[in-house]
Amino acid sequence: MTDRAISDLGGLTGGPIDISEHQPTLSERRIDAMMMLLRKKPQAFWVTDENRRTIESLEPKAYEESAYYERWVLAIRALLIEKSVLGEAEIEAKLAEVRARPAGYTREDQR
Amino acid sequence: MTGPHAIGETVRVSAGLPPGHVRTPLFLRGRTGVVIRHFGDFPNPERLAYGLSGLPKLHLYQVLFRMDEAWADEVGKESVEDGTYAPGDTVAADIYETWLEPL
Repeated sequence: MTDRAISDLGGLTGGPIDISEHQPTLSERRIDAMMMLLRKKPQAFWVTDENRRTIESLEPKAYEESAYYERWVLAIRALLIEKSVLGEAEIEAKLAEVRARPAGYTREDQR
Repeated sequence: MTGPHAIGETVRVSAGLPPGHVRTPLFLRGRTGVVIRHFGDFPNPERLAYGLSGLPKLHLYQVLFRMDEAWADEVGKESVEDGTYAPGDTVAADIYETWLEPL
């Protein structure tokens, strides 16, 4: 079946499901906070349905290899560009800056 | 007002395969079930997904399917044998009115 969305798994053999719980990590909390702020009404940049559509549109490899919140980050990036909030170049420039930070960098170092 | 369908009515899910963001799982396309609940009307999520208003609102129903019918030609028979479900088991799904056809 070629028309199956990547997220539409009903009826497929999936093997055992890992239902163990874990406390959200700091990164996961930050991603969640970012998403909530971007979707906060009345100035929301997008709605939850657009988020779903964007995650389903990820490259299959990126979708399969990404954890739940990693998919959110990929969706946030794609939607920020789609909505002209940020440009690809702006995002890449900021990422380069962050990657160049020394180990042990904290917010205080910005001041 | 429960929209175009009544509780207890037998309905068929459209067998369509539209591209893009859809809210009806593939394994229920073309299957027949019974309306068991009317949730109200909501903006169409398949249009909201593209930044549109989603209006006019659509009626949303809960529809009950027999598992052995829903998965008849996929995993149906094997799943009964391996204990995944029993012959009388059902599965309920939330389906918007645009996906439902009267019999």
